[in-house]
Amino acid sequence: MEIILSIAIGVMTFCGVWLILRPRTYQVIVGLSLLAYAVNLFIFSVGGVKTNVPPVLVDGTATASLADPVPQALVLTAIVIGFATTALFLVVLLASRGLTGSDHVDGRSDPS
Amino acid sequence: MFALLIAGIGLLVVIYARYYMSEEDSVPRFFSFLLAFMGAMMGIVLSGNVILLSIFWELTSIFSFLLISYWHNSSAARDGARMALTVTGIGGFCLLVGLLLLGNIVGSYDLDKILEAGDVIRAHSLYVPALVFVLLGALTKSAQFPFHFWLPNAMAAPTPVSAYLHSATMVKAGVFLLARMSPALSGSYEWFILVGAAGMITLLLGAYFAMFQQDLKGLLAYSTISHLGLITTLLSLGSPLATVAAIFHMLNHATFKASLFMAAGIIDHETGTRDMRKLSGLFRFMPITGTLAMVASAAMAGVPLLNGFLSKEMFFAEAVETHADSFLDRILPYVATLAGAFSVAYSLRFIHTVFFGPKPVGLPKEKPHEPPHWMLFPIELLVVACLVVGVIPAIAVGPILQAAAMGVLGPDTPEYSLSIWHGFNLPLVMSIVALVAGALIYILLRNYLAQCKDGAPVFRRFRGQRIFERILVEVSWRWARLAERRIGTRKLQPQLRWVVFTGFVAGLLPLWLSGFEPRPFVFSGVDKAFAAIWLIGICLALGTAFLAKYHRLAALVMLGGVGLIVCVTFVWLSAPDLAITQLLVEIITTVLILLGLRWLPKRNEINDAPITVRARLRRFRDLALAVFCGVGMTFISYAVMTMPVPDAIATYFLENAYSQGGGRNVVNVILVDFRGFDTFGEIAVLGVVALTVYALLRRFRPADDTMAMPEQQRAQNRFDEERPDRSAGDTARDYMLIPSVIMQWLFPVIIMFAVYLFLRGHDMPGGGFSAGLTLSLAFLLQYLAGGTRWAEDRIRILPLRWMGAGLLTAALTGIGAWAFGYPFLTSHFQYVELPLVGKMPAATALLFDLGVFSLVVGSTVLIMVALAHQSIRINRLRAIDAAKTKET
Repeated sequence: MEIILSIAIGVMTFCGVWLILRPRTYQVIVGLSLLAYAVNLFIFSVGGVKTNVPPVLVDGTATASLADPVPQALVLTAIVIGFATTALFLVVLLASRGLTGSDHVDGRSDPS
Repeated sequence: MFALLIAGIGLLVVIYARYYMSEEDSVPRFFSFLLAFMGAMMGIVLSGNVILLSIFWELTSIFSFLLISYWHNSSAARDGARMALTVTGIGGFCLLVGLLLLGNIVGSYDLDKILEAGDVIRAHSLYVPALVFVLLGALTKSAQFPFHFWLPNAMAAPTPVSAYLHSATMVKAGVFLLARMSPALSGSYEWFILVGAAGMITLLLGAYFAMFQQDLKGLLAYSTISHLGLITTLLSLGSPLATVAAIFHMLNHATFKASLFMAAGIIDHETGTRDMRKLSGLFRFMPITGTLAMVASAAMAGVPLLNGFLSKEMFFAEAVETHADSFLDRILPYVATLAGAFSVAYSLRFIHTVFFGPKPVGLPKEKPHEPPHWMLFPIELLVVACLVVGVIPAIAVGPILQAAAMGVLGPDTPEYSLSIWHGFNLPLVMSIVALVAGALIYILLRNYLAQCKDGAPVFRRFRGQRIFERILVEVSWRWARLAERRIGTRKLQPQLRWVVFTGFVAGLLPLWLSGFEPRPFVFSGVDKAFAAIWLIGICLALGTAFLAKYHRLAALVMLGGVGLIVCVTFVWLSAPDLAITQLLVEIITTVLILLGLRWLPKRNEINDAPITVRARLRRFRDLALAVFCGVGMTFISYAVMTMPVPDAIATYFLENAYSQGGGRNVVNVILVDFRGFDTFGEIAVLGVVALTVYALLRRFRPADDTMAMPEQQRAQNRFDEERPDRSAGDTARDYMLIPSVIMQWLFPVIIMFAVYLFLRGHDMPGGGFSAGLTLSLAFLLQYLAGGTRWAEDRIRILPLRWMGAGLLTAALTGIGAWAFGYPFLTSHFQYVELPLVGKMPAATALLFDLGVFSLVVGSTVLIMVALAHQSIRINRLRAIDAAKTKET
């Protein structure tokens, strides 16, 4: 379980970092999304990887056998904020594309 | 005593300023600054916590900046103010550092505790740094050498400001601090050397410079510097008697210098100039002012029967007594006498040039005369104080001085006697020598001074101001530019590369230093289905990275795939709340980017220039960085996951969620109850983002190559035009008919589902976030099904109202807790029976969740609709463009 999850996090980080270093705005937005997945999964995994445990309080279950709620709460807000930043970045991308006519991150592709 | 000084002189200055300020000046601004400054000054002398003291200290710097630059049309005022702010600001920062060090040494930021712990401080290894920083703060504020240069430049301020800030209060703050801190800091050799050297140099140089000033206020400014030097020197001696003398002199100096500044202001006011080469013989025009100024400057010179004489005598007495056997000590009596002589000379000069001699010629204002009585009143009062203190010191100021000295020195306050006649002793001889020598100096230099340029000979060329400005230009302009040229870049890619690289190194270093060893990978016990899912997920992620450049749509689809697999992972790992949110966000993000893709045309692979070697190298570097980051993350997350989870705060939440928050879904309880304030901030951020998106899109103009109709629509319209039985737009409307009917039918179902998610949120997976996202999806589907126009004809969504209502509900729920005497966002809960629904929790957290829900709906819909509306707006833009081409 853990090994798969960590490899997945690693691969998504790799793709995300590679993409945010690319010169096209669309690549950066996709890269940020991938990076966000990786980071969310990572934060989530800090609470320990547990399968088949009740996520809500059930009478008669010891608290130790429950899923850790703190990383979940953190990640839940992170997902929503991630959505907000993606939306904002998308609009900035479009506005920059409209103003400069280029989808390079600097607004122009020549390296001057 | 200091509070009395500040308030008393403040009152007099306010009365004086009432008559001084001309009608064009904005009086409310002046008085508000002045009173604010007075408040800050009070704060300094009364605060019992050193951090608070430091804050008030900075406040006085800021207000003095505003006051000096009060006549902001004059460049001298602006420069002087900037210089004062820079010097005292840096000093204030040093003071803060010093006080933090002291607080760290003592373990408390209470002034009393620090003062008690003098021995601990002096023995500590951080004593010298702390001392140096505190001294930097105090010396800059009190314009001590080598920071004395800002005070003369600050004379561009209105005279009431000079009288108040630069005689009685602001510059006194520095020496006040020295006096206040002396129980904690003084008594060491370093203290004596640093403070004593600064004080003595300032004392002598200030007096010397003052003789050669041609500007009345310049003379007074340098004389102030010199007197502050005197006080500093006294404090450096470290003996209790010297401290008493210092406090006494602070009081005396404030009285006579404030009155002199005011007198200078009257002269300026009535004659229009402060240049001593032009002024002369004013006594016949303004005898009262002249008399008052004479008495005050006699006090400044230290003539017997006036208060200046008394404290100067005490100073001389202390100077004679040798406290430590060093060079500084031995020269102190001579320095003191010489400075005394200088001060006699400049006092004489002030009076003689201005009030005696022939009638003035060529004054800017003709016929100078006495000012209104109330303008003179403050001076009269202060001068009377000088006299009274000078003649009957023990009765007049004895109690006040006693209180102040006790405040500083505590029980160690020595016996001292305040009287005019101490018998014929050495200090008296020194006074007489100083008086005679000063008169001689003045007589000798009289003719030279009448014509000479501004500034003292020899030192004229070494101007602190020049040096200061050079440094300022050097640091804030040249170095900054150099740094910007060398290490700055306006390109995003290098910036991001550095950010990622720094992050990587910052992550690696602590692991490296603490001897981190990657754990061996264990492949046994892997769930095959899970592995298969992630195999697909990894392929999708790689595909996304590979295709994002040219095949945007394909990349988006794959990205969505990765998102879904993340979502499945959340389900798998017992986090249904996350899975729901992730799924909904995934859908919305995809739709959003699809809407955005409309305005991003296809990229053409062929058009790109061939890849150069440099570009290849750059790519290789990025790839290497990405690989390092990826591998690093793998190791770290594996290590984190396989380590036993420490018993952290999770248990607390799990145990208290039901008993305190009234909910079984701990994640939701954390969000809306335990950490409600964070959530409140977060929904505010969401709202801000939505508004920003909305604002950005209002003026959005798409790039020219996306202005045309999309390819698909063109094909559909062509098809319609070719058939006689169809009109344009029919196909576009109909080809999504079946899905759109389903979507329309599903509308109420989805709304119901959203309500369900919301209501069960406290106990079961769900909650405000997911319900809000679901509801906005319901709206979004209607837009997709029927098109923007169709949807808006039928439902009126007012996203801004949703957002406002949501934020207000959340805030009011939080504030409601205040009504019952609880902190912000404390929640209350109980279970209620609802008909049909049954027993359900009704915590106030549910109301808060309602706010979250409403705001999420509003923000999401606002973002979507703003983007969707671009397709309608473009028709208008096209029409405008067509009209323009027709005109040309």
